[in-house]
Amino acid sequence: MKKLLEIRNLHAAIDGKEILKGIDLTIGEGEIHAIMGPNGAGKSTLSAVLTGRDRYEVTEGEIIFKGKDLLAMSPEERSREGIFLSFQYPVEIPGVSNANFMKAAVNAHRKAKGMEPLTGGEFLKLMKEKMQLVQMKSDFAKRDVNVGFSGGEKKRNEVFQMAMLEPTLAILDETDSGLDVDAMKIVAAGVNSLRHEDTSAIVITHYERLLDMIVPDRVHVLAGGRIVHEAGRELAKEIEQRGYDWIINR
Amino acid sequence: MKENEDDIIKNITENEYEHGFTTDVEQEFIPKGLNEDIIRLISAKKQEPQWLLEFRLDAYRRWCNMKMPSWAHLDIPPIDYQDIVYYAAPKSDKDRPKEIDPALAETFEKLGIPLHEREVLAGVAVDAVFDSVSVTTTYRQVLSEKGIIFCSFSEAVREHPDLVRKYLASVVPAGDNYFAALNSAVFSDGSFVYIPKGVRCPMELSSYFRINARGTGQFERTLIVADEGSYVSYLEGCTAPMRDENQLHAAVVEIVVLEDAEVKYSTVQNWYPGDKQGRGGIYNFVTKRGICKGDRSRLFWTQVETGSAITWKYPSTILKGDDSVSEFYSVALTNNFQQADTGTKMIHIGRNTRSRIVSKGISAGRSQNSYRGLVRFTKTAENARNFSQCDSLLIGDRCGAHTFPVIQSSCPNAIVEHEATTSKISEDQLFYARQRGISEEDAVGLIVNGYAKEVLAKLPMEFAMEAQKLLSVSLEGSVG
Repeated sequence: MKKLLEIRNLHAAIDGKEILKGIDLTIGEGEIHAIMGPNGAGKSTLSAVLTGRDRYEVTEGEIIFKGKDLLAMSPEERSREGIFLSFQYPVEIPGVSNANFMKAAVNAHRKAKGMEPLTGGEFLKLMKEKMQLVQMKSDFAKRDVNVGFSGGEKKRNEVFQMAMLEPTLAILDETDSGLDVDAMKIVAAGVNSLRHEDTSAIVITHYERLLDMIVPDRVHVLAGGRIVHEAGRELAKEIEQRGYDWIINR
Repeated sequence: MKENEDDIIKNITENEYEHGFTTDVEQEFIPKGLNEDIIRLISAKKQEPQWLLEFRLDAYRRWCNMKMPSWAHLDIPPIDYQDIVYYAAPKSDKDRPKEIDPALAETFEKLGIPLHEREVLAGVAVDAVFDSVSVTTTYRQVLSEKGIIFCSFSEAVREHPDLVRKYLASVVPAGDNYFAALNSAVFSDGSFVYIPKGVRCPMELSSYFRINARGTGQFERTLIVADEGSYVSYLEGCTAPMRDENQLHAAVVEIVVLEDAEVKYSTVQNWYPGDKQGRGGIYNFVTKRGICKGDRSRLFWTQVETGSAITWKYPSTILKGDDSVSEFYSVALTNNFQQADTGTKMIHIGRNTRSRIVSKGISAGRSQNSYRGLVRFTKTAENARNFSQCDSLLIGDRCGAHTFPVIQSSCPNAIVEHEATTSKISEDQLFYARQRGISEEDAVGLIVNGYAKEVLAKLPMEFAMEAQKLLSVSLEGSVG
């Protein structure tokens, strides 16, 4: 297995308060890892630190992505290197259409790879193809980013954007929260269709249900800022039945 | 979060003004200062008729008894009117140059305003004004075949004195306000447009103003007359070199729209805004007013204001004709230490008159941006209507946005609607865009252009693209 991401002894704080207290996690190419854990365990902090959110301060440790020092990169550089975050709470951007937003994103990625920007026609063709993947209606391209979207539409938009940018590491942060079963099926089908041997994913979730549909290679339990347990996919089922206390209190 | 916003403000001030170069041409100046002799000298240089000299002197005497207005939300340092050169012109053949000085042609080329007809933007005729004089007007032949007059103001005084005399100061009287009086006394050049009855002007008309010389002011005068049933779309653009000193620009624009005629007037104002410490920049004190004189006449203003250290500007319409219509669409962007107090006046006199105001202010850095508007319905304005929308967008937390809307109605059945919003570009929005690989600058550009798109859509296409770029450039480095 080739390593894609290596987190070593990661400590991170917000407003001087330490949230992550020494995380070690290695993800190989093509692997899907689930991160589960109770509220306040540091799951969202981990995704924020991986994507470079300013307000989090890394106090110790390192993150190596594709052999490079991830912490030295700006958020947009990380994106162009192939890290994609499906936001727990996607942000509304009034006045900016989905088409314009994604065109700027796709062309920024292409520029970083030394490629010419897509023409309007090429872009629309690509967009239409990816919209079908998550069953977006045709007026979606013209609507403003996430403005007036239902919870399900917002999450489908995240998966759509992921399909457009073809990341090597997708971080799905509570992508199942607020979704009904049908919406979750659409989202999971979208994610699964993007799976291939060099795409890895970190699936952050409370519930085992999503992991029935997006099947992980490994399951990690995050509690109190540390990974306290890890096992195969069967761990998710066990947590669903028994909760977290038996792991944390061991 | 706090730190990030500080960076936003720090970086926002690091943008560059791309039109800040100067042109080396031999120039002719008159002595500094303002008095009756200077005014006589300007008038003589332009070989003006006696009536125009009298008009100037009358305006000057009024100005001497006026005080600079202080009601605007602006902090204007004292201006020494005796320390300004009121006339500067590229030295060349006496009157109008037949051949354009190559250095001048190059200047306008750099600014994207080619002066040779074959190179001119398809369908746009250009009048280019360099400091105090018009250096060229393109496409005149094509236009004159339709009876359209598009020339420099000085030329119009010589060639079409009756038209100029009839309409000059008919919308903005010489003593209208302090800066209009100053302009009436010392105006140097500008554009004149006349569209005859029933003629639809086949191309965009455009004036381009450039301040080049140090220590000079620019006082242009524009007069547009659209005769019955005619149509014209007119655009103006402005730039100036970067200088440490402040330079004064006090223009007057008058527009007369007769029965069933329509005028679209668009401005992309990008005078030098000063540096990031607030040194230098243009003082832009402009009076623009149109009258919808005839029934069913229409006047549409669109402005994109990104430049100038201080802007004081209220393009206004007097809706005199019954069923006349006017719209004002504005984007005003201020950054660093820029100050803008801008808006409009809609004066409804005729019956069933309608007006619409859409104002979008964008403030960044330590700038102050104010919308000031007046909507007035006189007793005669039966069934008149106004809709106003004033939005403000803030970037960072050291800038200010203010709105001063005034509504005066003496007509019981006039209808007025007013909407206002204030929003901020949030750190969440920027991070979301950056996580998708979009740089901070591009993200701000996207959001600002999205915010302003309703106004940009009103500009003719080539200029809309230009204005879009300008908004992004003016905010370059705005986040970090």
